[in-house]
Amino acid sequence: MLSKRLVICLDVRGGKLAKSIRFVDTKDIGDPVAKARQYYEEGVDELVFYDITASRENRDIMIDFVEKAASQIFIPFSVGGGIRSVEDATKLRNAGAEKVNVNTAAVLRKELITEIADAIGSQSTILSMDIRRVTPIEKIPSGYEIVVNGGITPMGIDALWWAKEGERLGAGELVVNSIDADGTNNGYELKLTRMLAEAVGIPVIASGGAGKPEHLYDVLTEGRADAALVASIVHYGEYTCHQLKEYLHGRGIKMRMSY
Amino acid sequence: MITIIDYNAGNIRSVLRACAEAGAEAMTTSDPKVVVKAEKIIFPGVGAAPSAMEYLKKTGLDTAIKNAFMSSVPILGICLGAQIVLEGSEEGPQQCLGLVPGKTVRFKIDDKTLKIPHMGWNEVRVVKSHPLLDGVKKGDEFYFVHSYYPSPTDKQNIYATADYGGDFCCALGYKNLFAVQFHPEKSGRLGLQMLEKFTRWNP
Repeated sequence: MLSKRLVICLDVRGGKLAKSIRFVDTKDIGDPVAKARQYYEEGVDELVFYDITASRENRDIMIDFVEKAASQIFIPFSVGGGIRSVEDATKLRNAGAEKVNVNTAAVLRKELITEIADAIGSQSTILSMDIRRVTPIEKIPSGYEIVVNGGITPMGIDALWWAKEGERLGAGELVVNSIDADGTNNGYELKLTRMLAEAVGIPVIASGGAGKPEHLYDVLTEGRADAALVASIVHYGEYTCHQLKEYLHGRGIKMRMSY
Repeated sequence: MITIIDYNAGNIRSVLRACAEAGAEAMTTSDPKVVVKAEKIIFPGVGAAPSAMEYLKKTGLDTAIKNAFMSSVPILGICLGAQIVLEGSEEGPQQCLGLVPGKTVRFKIDDKTLKIPHMGWNEVRVVKSHPLLDGVKKGDEFYFVHSYYPSPTDKQNIYATADYGGDFCCALGYKNLFAVQFHPEKSGRLGLQMLEKFTRWNP
């Protein structure tokens, strides 16, 4: 049986590591490749590098960065942020990323998911979704809405519909990121995660809100997620990967413990 | 020196980088003349068996690999490279390299909660000792991404299995060939350890 995964997200800005709180107020906190290497040695199962500037000018810096990361870490990692074309995705994949994350550009033009999946495979195509809680209305019956542009532009699209549509279009995995929970350290949005995980047949990575090891346990059990993504609780040294994995393993979750 | 075969089937640079990290001198080539003279070969690959075999035939790499195998060059197959060393594959009607008797088969899983491809970290259980599996202990996990797996005719050639809706072969060995369905280059320390052992393997 497959193990559940601990995933660490590193926000990268111009090749530097940054951490955002509720998507604003970012600050640099170090060299992302060195940090990634440290997490790799501490047993993280997968890494995500998010290019938070995601501008076209930055594209080459990011590819260069992916090359560096790929020569330092020998576990799968994905790259996201500003991927707008098959060409972007293919370049990142060739530079050494196992998977790529699409988000805003896929919401604006959903065929992009299929195009990327056809080029690099569904298993390498991750649909990342930023989601906020809203009062259910006719257009958004689930009460969860897709927001884009780093969590600032509501799209009037139902998150439950989009998750299923993303799978149909060829996404091999979903990142479910709760804007409401992000940066709060109060736990993942369990209801949202479970709703989407039960609606699709592809793995779900839960994101946003981890503050304590219990939160990871909750989202991997009650939330039905296949992987739990964390950022600040490891970046600021509150917990190590090893501590988080030991905790989950100790509570009976199947984790990769030999690394 | 390890020669990594580049045959237009996926990102072989990840294998090259992992070899460097494991302290194994390696180079890549798509030249059959270089393959025939190789000291050691890594035969990686991701993608589909039919297009891979078509490419190998077109370039003459198929004959080069067979000749290297016949002249006892140690070969490590990875993922697709662990599948097309068999005689055939359920992925298409094409003949494969036939270095080992057997066939590549698709997962047939009744449990609808188990998705295909089988993707992620899974335990590799050693069923028969092999120099390349030295140091792999109970509970050790490797990284997998695949929908098909190798099924050698002679079960004596199976060295490790993994469980995904039932046990399947994830490491096979036959003479100077060893082949793994998982990705040692993406499996952290344990994978690098296997690559390092390959440099010292003299069957």
